[in-house]
Amino acid sequence: MKKIISFLLVFFCFISNNLSASEKYSDLENKIFKNLRCLICQGQSIYDSQSDFSESMKIVVRKNLQEGMSEKEIYNSLKNKYGEWVLYDPQVNKGTYLLWILPLILFLLGGAIILRKLSILKK
Amino acid sequence: MRNKIFIIFGFILFIFCFIVFYKGLQKPNVYSPELNQKKSISSFVSLDFYSNEKVLSDDIFKKGNYYLVNIWSSWCVPCRTEHPFLTRLKNSKINLVGINYKDNINNAKAFLNELGNPYSKILSDKDGVISIELGAYGVPETFLINKEKVIIKKIIGPINNESYKEILNLIK
Repeated sequence: MKKIISFLLVFFCFISNNLSASEKYSDLENKIFKNLRCLICQGQSIYDSQSDFSESMKIVVRKNLQEGMSEKEIYNSLKNKYGEWVLYDPQVNKGTYLLWILPLILFLLGGAIILRKLSILKK
Repeated sequence: MRNKIFIIFGFILFIFCFIVFYKGLQKPNVYSPELNQKKSISSFVSLDFYSNEKVLSDDIFKKGNYYLVNIWSSWCVPCRTEHPFLTRLKNSKINLVGINYKDNINNAKAFLNELGNPYSKILSDKDGVISIELGAYGVPETFLINKEKVIIKKIIGPINNESYKEILNLIK
């Protein structure tokens, strides 16, 4: 019993520790951070990164929100500075339409294959 | 018949995916941005490196002059290699503005004492916000601003012989 209690204590200590790290920022801030690419470590979002430039970008986002800018306005201002590349949720345009259409095509194709299999099974 | 359509369709899809991924392989993984549209330098408020007083960017950048904005830090090793180029540029008809990025003031002063101060003005960027406002990617980074206050050249990484010559050509 003692072992279980001590295990649970340690477990909850770690859990709460982990939670407090992300509680530093609001839900909206975290949502925006997850959609912005880290400038140094280019495979990560600034939410995951602790590089100097990511931390600076977080401050900029917070400052912009306090100034009353909307989420979209923040994305636009950063897009203006760094290009479409900085967003993880790119808009549909000449360079990104494939990105948006391809999953839809694959989904329809998968659906067609399943329907075909089903109709064969029914026969 | 339906089977044939599926095979042909699958084949086309395979070829399509192959081309997309093959093209993707040839692209470099690290994104290096291009300055495709020339932008005016944004207005910002910062602190003076020495006096710690508030400085408006509009008071520093004035029309009719060329400016070279250099983001640097004492902890940044490549900043040391580009420093001789900055010192040489000091003697040309360009105003050098340094932005000291997330640095310890004593270390930064020691850096300047050791290598010399090429800047006519240095701003402190303690939380890195100004560098983001300028659209910087890292330290060191340099922006060349023309007489109309438009950024005409962005050098990511240290200035080398090639970029040094390019700057001199642009301000002729």
